[in-house]
Amino acid sequence: MAPFPLPLTDLLGHWGAYVIYLLIGIAFGFVLEIAGFGNSKKLAAQFYFKDLTVLKVMFGAIVVAMVLIFGATALGLLDYNLIWVNPTYLWPGIIGGLIMGFGFIIGGFCPGTSLVAVATAKIDGIFFALGVFFGIFLFGESVGLYEEFWYSSYMGRFTLPQLFGVNTGVVVVGVLLMALFMFWGGEKLEQHFGDKKASEAPRWRYGAAAALLATAIVVLVIGQPTTGERWSAIEQTQAARLAEREVQIHPGELLDLIHDTKTKVVMLDVRRQADYNLFHILDARHVPLDEVKELAPQLLMAPEPASTVVVVMSNDEAAATEAWKILMAQSVPNVYILGGGVNGWLTTFADEEFQTTYAVSSRGDDQLHYVFDTALGARYPAAEPEPEQFELEYTPKVELQQKRGPTSGGCG
Amino acid sequence: MTTYSPTESDVRDSEGTRRAAKDYINPYLAGILLGLVLFAAFFVTGSGLGASGGMNRLIVFFEDLIVPGHVDRTRYLLDMAGGDRNPLDSWIVFVTAGTVIGGFISGMIHGRFKLETNKGPRVSNRMRWFLAFAGGTLMGYGARFARGCTSGQALSGGAVLSVGSWAFMFAVFGGAYALAYFLRKTWN
Repeated sequence: MAPFPLPLTDLLGHWGAYVIYLLIGIAFGFVLEIAGFGNSKKLAAQFYFKDLTVLKVMFGAIVVAMVLIFGATALGLLDYNLIWVNPTYLWPGIIGGLIMGFGFIIGGFCPGTSLVAVATAKIDGIFFALGVFFGIFLFGESVGLYEEFWYSSYMGRFTLPQLFGVNTGVVVVGVLLMALFMFWGGEKLEQHFGDKKASEAPRWRYGAAAALLATAIVVLVIGQPTTGERWSAIEQTQAARLAEREVQIHPGELLDLIHDTKTKVVMLDVRRQADYNLFHILDARHVPLDEVKELAPQLLMAPEPASTVVVVMSNDEAAATEAWKILMAQSVPNVYILGGGVNGWLTTFADEEFQTTYAVSSRGDDQLHYVFDTALGARYPAAEPEPEQFELEYTPKVELQQKRGPTSGGCG
Repeated sequence: MTTYSPTESDVRDSEGTRRAAKDYINPYLAGILLGLVLFAAFFVTGSGLGASGGMNRLIVFFEDLIVPGHVDRTRYLLDMAGGDRNPLDSWIVFVTAGTVIGGFISGMIHGRFKLETNKGPRVSNRMRWFLAFAGGTLMGYGARFARGCTSGQALSGGAVLSVGSWAFMFAVFGGAYALAYFLRKTWN
């Protein structure tokens, strides 16, 4: 498995990890200051085309970080699935962005740069920061009025490669080319509206642009690791867990988990649609095996990853094991297989009448061992057994693990 | 290394007795350095940078001190400070604190730590302060509305290719350019 990002809390403890964040913050503040972002005049000049420092620094930072991040993921050093990708709430994001744009040109800062202005004793920065606090306070008090809108147009962890349906590498090269074009255009604007001369710009910027583009093309050529490659990287340890049956949980354990208020159980039924229609456990979600991978981003965004258990199931275990491998390869935490599958579930929880009416002798591996005359889905008692009615002995196998990546990000 | 021409205040400084403020570094170089910091943040911790989140939690911290019952009844505040949860017990608070420290260190080193008001030549200090407060209020409001500010949404989300972050980024630039004409006398 990719060694980065580091499990900071495991390594350094709860407060130790915060030291790292403090250091990152210091570097962040230092760079903002030397870029001139503590100075509102320099920031506002962006919007009169006189000095496009904001554009150059922001897009410069974005493309440098982007190329390095996807270079690191391509080489298997960094696990993209463990990185916080801001979830998309499209319209609240756009409206909020417009409000911020107004605030930017009126006030001359953004929240981060105002902190640097405060730190360097800029009085306008202090007033601005006080305004930010006041605005945040107002938001906290008024969001209740339009909460529905604020949670609307949610698209989860949604990325540009998914939007355009192309490889990540293509987007990386595309974004870089767009940024370089904007830098070129920005310099032309500065020369026209400001008093900058073309000869003043350092020549090394061409070299830097070429190096970045070359790296982006290498990222494109290497490509991002596929599910198969990701599985190979963890196969040694995980195949052993499969063989030792450490991840196949007893139906009784699943039933107890469903009724445990402290855990959230996500059940994924990966059988054929027909089998699912005939019978499935109440609240199990039907997901064809070839769509399991697309579900990974959602599962990674689970609001409370430390108490969410994912249980995959098929008639026996073959397809469920495939689904388990996919989710494990995608770094989804706390994934288990329903041991014995749906057949095992029915053997455990269906009453004698059910067994005599519907059970048939084996129809081959991972096939449903029951024949139903109607597709009742979850409308059988065995779809939602009462835990009190069953005295089941089993060895609990589920051990909830903290997700390695961040559980929040963006602006925390 | 640098091409930025000194601002008026810088010039005044260098003629006076104070130590002259050094020039800002070349914006492309600053972009590369900021990109390296951003990459390091993602590479080591898995999350990017942020600013408004830390300011948010500071506000909620004081709200929780003064009116804890109110915090426990508001869904948005509850997530950060409900019950015995300490809103300051979050990574973003430390990034934010670091940002202030880092800005201060650089300001001291480069002779730019100076009590002053940066503004266009045609507005009074008071007007500038009022506009700064008003703009800050909009910024703070908008940043929470958009679930992140220029650092946490645009910069961080942009680098990891979040669709929402890119839409947000264009909205910020769009909003600022849309209003820039009407505020030209403030800045020029």
